[in-house]
Amino acid sequence: MPSAVIAAGATNGVGFPLLTCIVALPALGAAVLACLPRARGDLLKLVAVLFAVASGALSIWMLAEFDTAFDGFQFVSRHQWIESFGISWFLGVDGISLFLVVLSGVMFPIALVAASPKQDQKSFYAWMLLLMAGSMGAFVALDLLLFFVFFEIVLVPMYFLIGMWGYGNRVYAATKFFLFTMLGSALMLVGILALVILTSSNTGQGVTFDLVELAEAQGVGLVAARWIFVSFALAFAVKVPLFPVHTWLPDAHTEAPTAGSVILAAIMLKLGTYGFLRFGLYLFPEATHWFAPLFLTLGVVGIIYGAVVATMQRDLKRLVAYSSVAHLGFIVIGIFALNAQGLEGGVLQMVNHGLSTGALFILVGFIYERRHTREISELGGLQKSAPILAGVFTVVMLSSIGVPGLNGFVGEFLSLLGAFRGARWWGAVATLGVVLAAVYLLWAYQRVFHGSPEGENARLRDLSLREGLIMVPLVGLIVFIGVYPRPVLARIEPSVDALVAHVDAHVEDFEVEEIVFDPLPEGNDDAEHDEEGGED
Amino acid sequence: MEELVWLIPTLPLAGFLLLVAFGRRMGEPAAGWLASAMMAGSFAATVVVFAGLFNEPESHRIFTQSLFTWIAVDGFEVSVGLLADPLSITMALFVTGVGALIHLYSIGYMHGDKDFSKFFIYMNLFAFSMLVLVLADNLLLTFVGWEGVGTCSYLLISFWFTDEQNAVAGKKAFVTNRLGDVGFMLGTFVLWTTIGSINYLDIDAAVSAELIAGVTATAIALLFFIAATGKSAQIPLFVWLPDAMAGPTPVSALIHAATMVAAGVFLLVRMSPVLHEAAWANDVIAWVGVITAFVAATIAVAQNDIKKVLAFSTISQLGYMFLAIGTGAYAAAMFHMVTHAFFKALLFLGAGSVIHGMDDRQDMRVMGGLSKFMPLTTITFLVGWLAIAGVPPFSGFWSKDEILASAWAFDSGGAALWVIGLVTALITAFYMSRQVIMVFYGRPHWRDETARTPAPASLSAAAENPGGDGEAELDVDGLARLPADYQPHESPWQMTVPLVFLSLLAVVGGVLNLPFLEELALLENWLEPVTLPHEAGSGAELWALASAATAIALIGIGSATVIYQRRRVSRELVERRLFSKGWYVDIFYSWFTGHPGRRFFDAIRWFDEKVIDGAANGVAGLVRRSGTALRSLQTGYVRNYALGVAFGTVLLLVYFITRIQV
Repeated sequence: MPSAVIAAGATNGVGFPLLTCIVALPALGAAVLACLPRARGDLLKLVAVLFAVASGALSIWMLAEFDTAFDGFQFVSRHQWIESFGISWFLGVDGISLFLVVLSGVMFPIALVAASPKQDQKSFYAWMLLLMAGSMGAFVALDLLLFFVFFEIVLVPMYFLIGMWGYGNRVYAATKFFLFTMLGSALMLVGILALVILTSSNTGQGVTFDLVELAEAQGVGLVAARWIFVSFALAFAVKVPLFPVHTWLPDAHTEAPTAGSVILAAIMLKLGTYGFLRFGLYLFPEATHWFAPLFLTLGVVGIIYGAVVATMQRDLKRLVAYSSVAHLGFIVIGIFALNAQGLEGGVLQMVNHGLSTGALFILVGFIYERRHTREISELGGLQKSAPILAGVFTVVMLSSIGVPGLNGFVGEFLSLLGAFRGARWWGAVATLGVVLAAVYLLWAYQRVFHGSPEGENARLRDLSLREGLIMVPLVGLIVFIGVYPRPVLARIEPSVDALVAHVDAHVEDFEVEEIVFDPLPEGNDDAEHDEEGGED
Repeated sequence: MEELVWLIPTLPLAGFLLLVAFGRRMGEPAAGWLASAMMAGSFAATVVVFAGLFNEPESHRIFTQSLFTWIAVDGFEVSVGLLADPLSITMALFVTGVGALIHLYSIGYMHGDKDFSKFFIYMNLFAFSMLVLVLADNLLLTFVGWEGVGTCSYLLISFWFTDEQNAVAGKKAFVTNRLGDVGFMLGTFVLWTTIGSINYLDIDAAVSAELIAGVTATAIALLFFIAATGKSAQIPLFVWLPDAMAGPTPVSALIHAATMVAAGVFLLVRMSPVLHEAAWANDVIAWVGVITAFVAATIAVAQNDIKKVLAFSTISQLGYMFLAIGTGAYAAAMFHMVTHAFFKALLFLGAGSVIHGMDDRQDMRVMGGLSKFMPLTTITFLVGWLAIAGVPPFSGFWSKDEILASAWAFDSGGAALWVIGLVTALITAFYMSRQVIMVFYGRPHWRDETARTPAPASLSAAAENPGGDGEAELDVDGLARLPADYQPHESPWQMTVPLVFLSLLAVVGGVLNLPFLEELALLENWLEPVTLPHEAGSGAELWALASAATAIALIGIGSATVIYQRRRVSRELVERRLFSKGWYVDIFYSWFTGHPGRRFFDAIRWFDEKVIDGAANGVAGLVRRSGTALRSLQTGYVRNYALGVAFGTVLLLVYFITRIQV
């Protein structure tokens, strides 16, 4: 029997609290910015980028030091915070959160470099850094209350980034974003408290918010667990977003400034899918399994629905925003397939979506800066006036469509394969989504880049050196993960396997049929079953 | 020597990377020469591997080379590995051979294009993808190549992107292919969940071990056939190929005639062990194939664009290959694929030479009498014509004859398949003769004043513009600008040398697989380790079938002469509206996606805006109004409401949930 215990330990020989530094550096940067003079725009940007890069560099160092074979949490740092309530500063990463931390470490500096706020640069960069701290914290927090705090903290900077530096309808979009996510997370707080109190009263031990302890104890009954799961799931569903609670997304993404859209798409949506994995599946394996058909259905609906609505958009940025609904659908079905292919594909796809949709938002931002419009009908023939921009857009678009050889394919294929393995018909219907991705992206590309450019479109400036350099790491990663995803998958795998084993250990009627190539079939139905499950 | 197999795809890849880095600086013609040299090197490497494989005893002609593990997740293991066996090396030989010739031809054809080096970037990337497709040792890596060639096809069809029509054609090709790709992915899923591997050698082993049973095998076969109908342009997904002619002519020859469109045939031959178990799926394949062959041939009769005729002809010939696969004659399918690659590439390049000589005109109604001006092009085109028409001893005769013989011997409905196949052969000879007469013989219509008024183009003839700078010359009616004393000219040597080579191959290609003696069936014997041997009738029967096929070909040529040369019968008799409109299939698709399809999509967007989002805003409005009522609590900030609501909910729910005792 595989080890079902996700142990906490292993500091990987790094002699200082690495994760704490990764979280704290951007926050410190925000504080430093607060002390700098408002007028020095260049200096402000430089300081902001430096702090973000420092935190990002640490995340890459963490990637290098990460123990590939170990399936538990690494780089753990733990300090009592409010002892009487069992709340602690408890951080750690495993294969599931590792690349999300690294993704944040890469995307934030890029978004900062790409940003060009029109007014009040000081606050803009400070909010961005605070957002980075919050995102990093949410991905590494292993204490439920701490996670909740980070999960909530990110709302505030994003609210202001949209509301103050956004476009046209920004206040409406910001408020909508805030209300949707706030309502979701309020319910999650209920769930957290209920879980903690019930567990403590059922097990007779002290109150603790420790994720690992709570998950291993499985201290609440079936029905209660399902209700609490629902309260978590609502918060995450809004964040992902799942149909039908997705309507904040097109508004927020479209009205946000470029840097905000990039972070929203690349990082913040992942808080939802990551939440389903870390706090849904890990804490409530039985409930997740029980609700899986519902979420598979919502995922499939999201894939088709998001793509169809994206196709009909007249605003290029809104189109990219809706494409996220479809892409996140693939991740969701991968997760709720509850097998290694689906989960690994889902985790990988979180990273891939971050890279390619982040890159798309940056490119759309470049076009907007030049033409001051995002209306598709106003654009046209840009490939003639800006061939390099068009070339980069093509590569990113192909990645987003899921063309093999680029990153999007690997994650999407594994998610679909996992879904097909775990829930055949959902997987089959979801596969139709790959056609629609080609439809909306190629049609948009044709209208924006093909044809003969006229007027301002004909005089469009191609990418500058700075803009080109911004795209280099993104395109590089898009190609690298597509050609050689092994190093990424190998680091995700142990944690995903442990998670599947955890589900297997705690859910009675859960079974993943083993698939092995064996051309000489004898008696190979020795699928071992652990009879533990939750007590009734 | 087989160890060199990695070099075959690597050389075009290196060419691609070098051109991406330095192509712009190298410019014309150096970029073209580099790309062509890479293809020639790749061909040489293939020959070496072929020789190595050939020297092995028959049972040892399998060589695998695993380069690195691509994906490995819980029993799903895919390596980037190559499989050199008779099937893949046969494919690689003609892909690199024909590919090298077409690269050389392109140097002449693309002369003066401002994106000269970009063209060769795409061409080398295409060759790389095609070779990955062919040499892969597992389905997923084949899919990488499969999608790669599709992407290159998209990029090359919309190569002259300033014309909206080319852009639309590129998109259409990609999306239509994508529909087929769903079949590929689902087929891979079913296969893996059934046997736990997607390696070709494992699939063979699993079939031998009877792990892939009746219904599963049928499902897998049909799913991969769906994939093939996309890539190989069969009913119902054939509509993209005629439009794909918007790309430069060398692209039409290489991608949309000789290699990429044959990928579907290759895939099914690769999966032939599964197909063998797949019961009625084979009938479906045979019937779809033969009906496609027939329908496309009738459409070709009524086309006036020189490339459109060849495009529909390609669809029709691919239909023959699927007929062969459905009736179990895998070697015959491969045989026809190879001969077709020779003569169809030849015909396309010949057409390109004509277009070049006619200053970018493609409408056959304004051609005529070109044999006097373009002797080399004419002679080589005639060779291609005789080959595709099925006149012995040209290559097409032998391969088509074998397919018809196999149809005849097929046990369910073989006679019907054979009759339709034979009628299609007649139509093939007819439309090709029509083309030859319209282009090379008769009156030189380009001197005609009346011919200068362009008739409405059939099926939206997309004019193309090699070597031009974009906008000015794109219209079909550019003819008016031809000076009265215009002289069509023969093409430069880079273009005619490939024509000569290909015409030689089109003449002698038949010796690959002669029917007289078992020892002479070289290709079939060579492929035997991969494909199952196939018996098709006895000696006398074969002679009778061959005679019938020959007679039919001559009748087709004769009747075309009567109508188009002698003009004894009105051409309207055969050029039916149904045919010129392509049996209304494409028109129906466009209408369907444009009207009900678009309305459905719009309805969903409306639903999203008004219902889903409307509901959210409605609730918000409600809250705001009740907020106004409770003016005493109003602070004016929505955030405060949220906070209040949240706080209240939290307290209440914590209380209730902690009460739950389960």
